[in-house]
Amino acid sequence: MSSRALILERIKHRKPTICSLPTIPLFERTDIDLNTHFKEMLQFAGGQTVDFPVSDGMSDLINGIFPEANKILSNIESVKSKNVDFKSISDAHQLYDIDLVVLKGEFGVAENAAIWISGDTLFSRVLPFITQHLVIVLDKKQLVWNMHQAYQNLNIFPENGFGVFISGPSKTADIEQSLVIGAHGSKSLTVVLI
Amino acid sequence: MTHSEKATRYIKDEARVDWHDKALWFVRQKRDIQTKKVPEWETLRELASQIKANVLSELDTYLTQFEENAIKNGVTVHWAKDAQEHNDIILRILNGKNAKKLVKSKSMLTEECHLNSFLEKNGIEVVDTDLGERIVQLRHETPSHIVLPAIHLKKEDVGETFHTHLGSEKGAKDPQYLTGVAREHLREKFLSADAALTGVNFAIAETGGITVCTNEGNADLGAHLAPVHIASMGIEKIIPRQSDLGVFLRMLARNATGQAITTYSSHFLKPNNGQEMHFVIVDNGRTEQLGRVDFRKSLYCIRCGACLNTCPVYRRSGGHSYSFTIPGPIGSILSPGVDLKKYASMAFASTLCGSCSDVCPVKIDIHHQLYKWRQIIVNESNSSFSKKQIMKAMGFLFSHPGLYRFAGKTGRKLVSSLPGFVLYNGLNTWGNGRELPQPPAQSFREWYLENKHKTGNKL
Ligand code: SF4
Repeated sequence: MSSRALILERIKHRKPTICSLPTIPLFERTDIDLNTHFKEMLQFAGGQTVDFPVSDGMSDLINGIFPEANKILSNIESVKSKNVDFKSISDAHQLYDIDLVVLKGEFGVAENAAIWISGDTLFSRVLPFITQHLVIVLDKKQLVWNMHQAYQNLNIFPENGFGVFISGPSKTADIEQSLVIGAHGSKSLTVVLI
Repeated sequence: MTHSEKATRYIKDEARVDWHDKALWFVRQKRDIQTKKVPEWETLRELASQIKANVLSELDTYLTQFEENAIKNGVTVHWAKDAQEHNDIILRILNGKNAKKLVKSKSMLTEECHLNSFLEKNGIEVVDTDLGERIVQLRHETPSHIVLPAIHLKKEDVGETFHTHLGSEKGAKDPQYLTGVAREHLREKFLSADAALTGVNFAIAETGGITVCTNEGNADLGAHLAPVHIASMGIEKIIPRQSDLGVFLRMLARNATGQAITTYSSHFLKPNNGQEMHFVIVDNGRTEQLGRVDFRKSLYCIRCGACLNTCPVYRRSGGHSYSFTIPGPIGSILSPGVDLKKYASMAFASTLCGSCSDVCPVKIDIHHQLYKWRQIIVNESNSSFSKKQIMKAMGFLFSHPGLYRFAGKTGRKLVSSLPGFVLYNGLNTWGNGRELPQPPAQSFREWYLENKHKTGNKL
């Protein structure tokens, strides 16, 4: 008997009698200002938010925050990539020295400041992780309260089969429980709310 | 060695025990703050528990549904009945790609299967990339906690380890600096890896996808850069619907570390362009546990680690005192099912105060299961165990009567219902002249519930 058949056979004989699957409520809340709460939670997660001033250009705004970024990759129209060209990159390993990546966030979750990044918008899946710093541009109108609502939005999953919730920069507390921002992934996360 | 004997060695360094105890209690407090911010927390626990109950009752259906969808997505699915088969499958995948360097993110399952040593014997370099796991790997140790693998170490220990293995400055102990050293070292490993292995937090039957949660970003750096991504999962990682993630992701990080969510919650459905993706579904004793009516609920576990952080015995005896891969309360109800004799002492490494069950996000009746395992062990005292072995197993608890102020209702019942040979024995393994601790009239839990509003302090 194959291991597959063996495992399934064992389960069939040993599993408990049927228990029904509960329906999950949305636990909606109307008493919370999503924008304010999102900002608070992002700060708690080690990130920062910037409200996009309508008069300034996005490029100026980002150059102002990261004046030293040498190589920049962006999938936002209003921000130009710098010193690196998508077309010249044939292998994700070439992205190892990217300083800054600017990405579009699909929607944000106010309760935990998680932002959904769709694999379909990523030139390479490793982009949000390999970059030294990350900027996500998010439309304020795309904020939901909690994860239940977030998964309603994900009924249609990215075509290319990958997506990630990102909440803050990478971090660790593995050394004596001291929080260190910048573990393996990006060392900072700035969310530009438009 | 029994839990008691190992713990006795561990607690010799009093200052360290004290630090360990406080560090974990701090995590428990952070957890409390976050969970209290969710008004529907108790409802979520109930829902999570019901989802898991449904999963077990239809596990075969969900696994085949998961497999079918994963295959449609372009993933290769493997089934392993035990640790050996799991390891063989991984080696076969690696050999097929001529892969010599593997980067791994956290997976308690591969610890359970002793994958690293097996692969190393077969000429594969295995690098654990979670910072805590890398630290213990360099020290040739095992994780002492399922979420905080290096919680038994001080920053000086880490500094010394990195100085020896990674050439960091001698005497350095700043966590920021040491993390930076590890970042550089591991970036190099990510960029040169031939294959990546990740664990699985949740496997979704209706999509055939998996979700992996990390704070460091190591799972993603490995999985997206390497030409092969292998994900190993126990059969119990299945959840029916993608929307069930709403419940579990709201609870996991809050309960584990007091964060609202982990930094990254990555959803893998299809392999990257030009990449191979493999899922390995592992039994390794889980179907046996499924057949044990009293203990099957242990398969609900989502490995948040909260029961470890809250456990007065775990906090004071350290993860390495438990001889099983998974320490603490959850490890103590899983391990007797794996080898009753070998792990007998773990069932006694608890005061049965019930705090573990109170914090468990999927409502596993952990302390009741501990009690039931004890009964099984004591009842087998004439066949599988000598009375002396049982006394030895109980040693830690009875040599630390102070812990008895934590004993719960069940714990007090246990002491008063201990078999005669335990109460009136000549072995007296807890030290000459020491009397059997008297269980308090009021349990820790009762006291805590009564007093928690009165004091915000550590108990
Ligand atoms: S038994 Fe419950 S509390 Fe313990 S690790 Fe598992 S899910 Fe968390």
